[in-house]
Amino acid sequence: MRIDADRLSYAYVRGRDVLRKVSFSVGAGQVAFLLGANGCGKTTLVECLAGIRTPRSGKVLLDGRSLEQYALRERARRIGLVPQIHEPVYAYTVFDIVLMGRSPHLGLFARPGRRDRMEVRRALEAVGLWMLRHRPYTQTSGGERQLALIARGLAQGATCLLMDEPAAHLDPRHQHDVFRVVTQLASDGFTVLVTSHHPNNALLYGDSAILMIDGAVVAQGSPESVLTAEHLEATYGMPFELIHGPNGSKAVLPKAPR
Amino acid sequence: MTGRRESSAWILVALAPVVFLAALLVGRFGIRFTDTFRALLGLGGVEDVFRALVLQVRLPRVLAAACIGANLAASGAAFQGLFRNPLVDSRILGVSSGAAFGAAVALLASAGWLGVQVSAFAFALVAVGIVCTIGSRLGSSPLVLVIGGVLVSALFNALLGLTKYVADPLSTLPAITYWLLGGLSTARWASIIPLLAVTVLGVTFLVAVRWRLNVLTLSDAEATAMGVRVRGFRWAVILVGTVLVAASVAVGGMIGWIGLVVPHLARAWVGPDHGRMIPVSIAVGAIILMVLDSVARSAMASEIPLGILTGLIGVPAFFLLFVRFLSQRESTR
Repeated sequence: MRIDADRLSYAYVRGRDVLRKVSFSVGAGQVAFLLGANGCGKTTLVECLAGIRTPRSGKVLLDGRSLEQYALRERARRIGLVPQIHEPVYAYTVFDIVLMGRSPHLGLFARPGRRDRMEVRRALEAVGLWMLRHRPYTQTSGGERQLALIARGLAQGATCLLMDEPAAHLDPRHQHDVFRVVTQLASDGFTVLVTSHHPNNALLYGDSAILMIDGAVVAQGSPESVLTAEHLEATYGMPFELIHGPNGSKAVLPKAPR
Repeated sequence: MTGRRESSAWILVALAPVVFLAALLVGRFGIRFTDTFRALLGLGGVEDVFRALVLQVRLPRVLAAACIGANLAASGAAFQGLFRNPLVDSRILGVSSGAAFGAAVALLASAGWLGVQVSAFAFALVAVGIVCTIGSRLGSSPLVLVIGGVLVSALFNALLGLTKYVADPLSTLPAITYWLLGGLSTARWASIIPLLAVTVLGVTFLVAVRWRLNVLTLSDAEATAMGVRVRGFRWAVILVGTVLVAASVAVGGMIGWIGLVVPHLARAWVGPDHGRMIPVSIAVGAIILMVLDSVARSAMASEIPLGILTGLIGVPAFFLLFVRFLSQRESTR
């Protein structure tokens, strides 16, 4: 599945666009990282792509077809939103949380059946959480929650995942656990868009990177070509340097004055 | 674990009819066990007085108790999910305050039971209508609706106070006061038919959509991304819950705490999944109110107002709940 943003603009308040003619595309099998400073419009963009917000102008294309041409439930069977880690009010089990992902396959009056439970099992096994299925979601770690939310997207049947800051609140090990699952899914043909505040994660796990400043895309392409010292300085308003490791690995470091 | 929860859910649901039959056997007049069942089954050999007592007095009253308990618990459970807030109950949108004012006005105008019931029901809907109109103007988020409910409740409480103030302190004021205390002593077939009809339709709807209620407990964005039309669904559940509570309050007066406490008991028993939690709430609500009403009508020579009984039992239950909630919060940190 291929997802394109075609000159998307969005405004919460008339006359003040938070997205300005954003265009990019992510193809099947790709993990794209969306980077930008706090408040630059990343979450708004993700919500436009998921069909939660309707852009003021421009459109979202799913396999070349405008998102508006898909019914709400059809969209939900193609695009899975993986929100930032949250604390639900009620202590649903991991299984129940993932089972909710079957909603777009069930009518208003229907309850999930055997087939839905099988899909949930497959999704939980794909992210490695089947053993934790009975655990209350509220008592799982941040990494496990992120994986459960990915599994929920899989249970929806989505082949395009939009992830809003999956690395937030996670230590490097748990970030790695999440991105290992994400890159595995991409190699199985999934389309993944990840918003992030960690340029190094884009270098480590990304196939492409998209850089946004004030609601507009300023650079896109391979992570190495996008995450240059100049681009990062323009994005975050502070100097950066690129570090080359011995095995060809790369990392960016802020040049902080001591 | 799922299996145990599933079976305990069915046990509670199956218990409701048993309690229903037991409640029919209880009362100020000792009617023999066998006579009660002969009367119910339409068999002969029962004195006419006893037959009338069972069929015309006890049966409608126990049915009313079951319906009101089920309605308050079902709407409370649905609203707690809908508003993503475990401290919400069925009165959150101002239903009860509106109904109280409506009943008081009707009593002031010396209307009969029908007038009181219709007025209570109508003003309950008016109160919620105001809240929802304000809410939809301001984006219909749960927070706006809850605040609107609190404000409109305060408004109707003030109007109720005004009605009491101008009421005749020797006749009308006591009538208003007794009505507000809640009770089912006036429940007869004629007065409970609308309640029965509303209960069957409304409870069936909530039972039918119960699994989908889970998704409403997440954020609007997530629910939309899962293909759920959040706004329309939320309005439908609010409408049905409101009509259920309005019809209940119109017949039974102010019966508090059921809508708050019963969903918590159900959640503690079978977990937060609405697929199990809604049927169990309905069954437990019906059971509790049938038992409490049996106590209310037979424990003392004169009737104990039902609202007082639910308060006496509901408040300690709520306190225990709160202690448990706090200790759970501590243990997850």
